[in-house]
Amino acid sequence: MEIILQPWPWYVSGPLISLVMITLIYFGKTFGMSSNLSTLCSIGGAGKYASFFKQDWKAHRWNLTVVLGAVIGGFIAVTFLSDGSVIDLNPTTVSDLNELGFKNAGATLLPPELYDWDSVWSLKGLLILIGGGFIVGFGTRYAGGCTSGHAITGLSNLQWPSFVAVIGFFIGGLLMIHVLFPLIFTV
Amino acid sequence: MKLLKFLFVGIFFGIVLVKSEAVSWYRIFEMFKFQSFHMYGIIGSAVLLGIIAIWIIKKTQLKSIENDTIIIHPKDKGMFRLLIGGTIFGLGWALAGACPGPMYILVGTGVFSMLLVIGGAILGTFVYGLIRNKLPH
Repeated sequence: MEIILQPWPWYVSGPLISLVMITLIYFGKTFGMSSNLSTLCSIGGAGKYASFFKQDWKAHRWNLTVVLGAVIGGFIAVTFLSDGSVIDLNPTTVSDLNELGFKNAGATLLPPELYDWDSVWSLKGLLILIGGGFIVGFGTRYAGGCTSGHAITGLSNLQWPSFVAVIGFFIGGLLMIHVLFPLIFTV
Repeated sequence: MKLLKFLFVGIFFGIVLVKSEAVSWYRIFEMFKFQSFHMYGIIGSAVLLGIIAIWIIKKTQLKSIENDTIIIHPKDKGMFRLLIGGTIFGLGWALAGACPGPMYILVGTGVFSMLLVIGGAILGTFVYGLIRNKLPH
């Protein structure tokens, strides 16, 4: 039981993520979480504004069910399967974050400096969360997939387009962390 | 009841992503700083096993649970959309520290401010749908 309560090492987690993908393929579906964002747009009536969203959303109910399960899984993991361990980050990462104004890195899953309500209710705080979400949503549809669809499923299926997309993911991520973070988070 | 199995896949997925810490903003930062092998190990081992599994599925022409032929659709091509779209996604992934799977999972862990990120992501998807005909792909 103790082993389950501790954080799981990469060599356990990675294969289990593979298992999720393979199970969905065996169920005749595919592993792609960002498609749900399009489905939610369709449910909200976005088909009236763009033909891109004219689809029978009921055909995607299975994927929304995966989402519902994922939310429940997140709750179960933190409530029943955690021992409150601090994330074992590289000490250099912790000090780099400290310089950017992020204290106690790793004590929680997400930085309170961005996700606590006190931090959220400011122009900068709202812009970071809503704006960050916006470019994730826009970019993932433009690229035709996200981490699950391109990086896990696409690469596993030896798809060149996914390899290019993942290179894009990294160009964006490196640009954000190395170039933009020092500008956004000036202490 | 056919949907129930998907609920269990989702629950399992949510648990794995929390326990692996792949839902952590800090882990994403650390990954893009190349300061830990953790995230690379997760993605790398998932893909390595995935390559083997999909190869076996194709080789044995495995049928799905509903006895249909398994088809894994190839991804759409288009150098521009992949690279530019991917880069835009990467910028957001690093900033918010969450991609579309973890967003939902993190709501379950009790971080309700993540709903703002999800709202933003839905809006971003909607805007893409509105202007996609004007964008180079």
